[in-house]
Amino acid sequence: MLSILPQVLIDGLTLGFMYAVVALGYTMVYGILEFINFAHGEIFMVGAFVGTEVLLIADSLGLLQEMNPFVAFLLSLLIAMILSGALGVGVERVAYRPLRNAPRLVALISAIGVSFLLQDLVRFTEAVARNEFYLNSPSLFPGFLEVGGFAQVPLKAVVVIVFAIVMMVVLTLFINKTKWGIAMRAVAQDPSTASLMTINVDKVIVLTFLIGSSLGGATGVLFAQNYGTIDPYIGFILGLKAFTAAVLGGIGNIRGAMVGGVLLGLLESLAGAYLGPLTHGAFGSEYKDVFAFSILILVLLLKPEGLFGEAVKEKV
Amino acid sequence: MALLELENIHTYYGGIHALKGLTITVEQGEIVTLIGSNGAGKSTTLKTISGQVRARSGTIRFNGTDITRLKTHEVALHGIAHVPEGRRIFPKLTVRENLEMGAFSIKDKKVIEEGIERAFHYFPRLKERINQKGGTMSGGEQQMLAIARGLMMKPKILMLDEPSMGLAPILVEQIFEIVKEMNREGMTILLVEQNANQALAVAHRGYVIQTGEIILQDDALKLLSNPQVQEAYLS
Repeated sequence: MLSILPQVLIDGLTLGFMYAVVALGYTMVYGILEFINFAHGEIFMVGAFVGTEVLLIADSLGLLQEMNPFVAFLLSLLIAMILSGALGVGVERVAYRPLRNAPRLVALISAIGVSFLLQDLVRFTEAVARNEFYLNSPSLFPGFLEVGGFAQVPLKAVVVIVFAIVMMVVLTLFINKTKWGIAMRAVAQDPSTASLMTINVDKVIVLTFLIGSSLGGATGVLFAQNYGTIDPYIGFILGLKAFTAAVLGGIGNIRGAMVGGVLLGLLESLAGAYLGPLTHGAFGSEYKDVFAFSILILVLLLKPEGLFGEAVKEKV
Repeated sequence: MALLELENIHTYYGGIHALKGLTITVEQGEIVTLIGSNGAGKSTTLKTISGQVRARSGTIRFNGTDITRLKTHEVALHGIAHVPEGRRIFPKLTVRENLEMGAFSIKDKKVIEEGIERAFHYFPRLKERINQKGGTMSGGEQQMLAIARGLMMKPKILMLDEPSMGLAPILVEQIFEIVKEMNREGMTILLVEQNANQALAVAHRGYVIQTGEIILQDDALKLLSNPQVQEAYLS
């Protein structure tokens, strides 16, 4: 049973780092607007499709064979980030901003509507263009890395983890060290006072959606490389899991989203591998999602503010 | 031409007619105070100037420019620093980050550093607290930070909303001393206060506001000795 442990941990980390980056998108928007952007999972999905399409088109033009796989990867990542970032900003402009003074529930329903719209739009586009809406991504990193002679780490998992860490480090530096990053935190704490400091709150909100969405789109590209096949519905479950991770870490808290994501990925992977043997087959690995969402319910019951969140204070 | 002019301003809060035709002027270099009891419309006046609350009618001119319909951050860009009631410092930002946010409109890093030095000159206590989170400081220190943060944008006018609120008498004394000092160095100040005694003692002119209307206006010293004011606000 222990012999598979390294593999289980690597799978868990790969998944967990993807949850973590997507969770950042939920938590950043929540921190500023106190609103759950339920369409964020679909932004991730669109990123996966854009990145994969870039590779498929390059492949069909015969360019992919001549390119360094790493360069091809960076190119697809960049295009996916730009387009998903723009999409996130557009969604905010069209579907959320007009509802900013409406009850929170109204914006939430609008977000769910955007989710369905994006799923069907991608499905429709792919069905027209390729006659199917499942895409198989060209595999850019097929090899393995030997680690200490006991574990074989797929190269693609290394790419996922390294890029996720890079994105989180860059985001952390941005939020903590730059003028606009500090302004984002100021607006999250007190938007009306921030505007007295000449900070354009609308601009900060746009920036938040831009960053969160481009990170989500980038994670879609990582997902496509790691799992190979994507469909228009991958954003739903992954989005819910990432949201769970954000709640686990304390919604609105950046560090909480990172830690919550990695933790949830690891727990889920461990549950998938060991639930069956430990319960003598009563609960198989198919219960791993149940396990993940049970964690959400437990957190909500026992520590609703999450691991890093502060006890809820009513805003004055 | 006055630096700041409010002309016949009417503001509503939901259904409440909060300001009923307010007319106020502040000249360059003055300390003008707006005194009145709780709920008279003092804070609403400042919020209307900075665009946090919209005037329904009337005109607000700053330096001759009509700013009545501008958004809050645009009003601030004209050089109007509003230090809000209750201090409203950013509790999870450090003192330095709070000050940097005050200077958000300033591009030149050197000017920002000079501003921080100037803030420490007025409020030496803040220097010791520079890396501390705003929310962990005492009320007096938070008030100092709020004023210092307002100064960071190099404003043409500083609007202070109840800077003495909730502070020990010795700190109130200190804050008003600094208000006078800033004014001597050229800062125009619009001071909203419930503490009419102290406010009139430092101000050049004063307005008395009652249920959204100016009922008296005069030189500060004359208001201090006005029996009507003494009875209502100085007892």
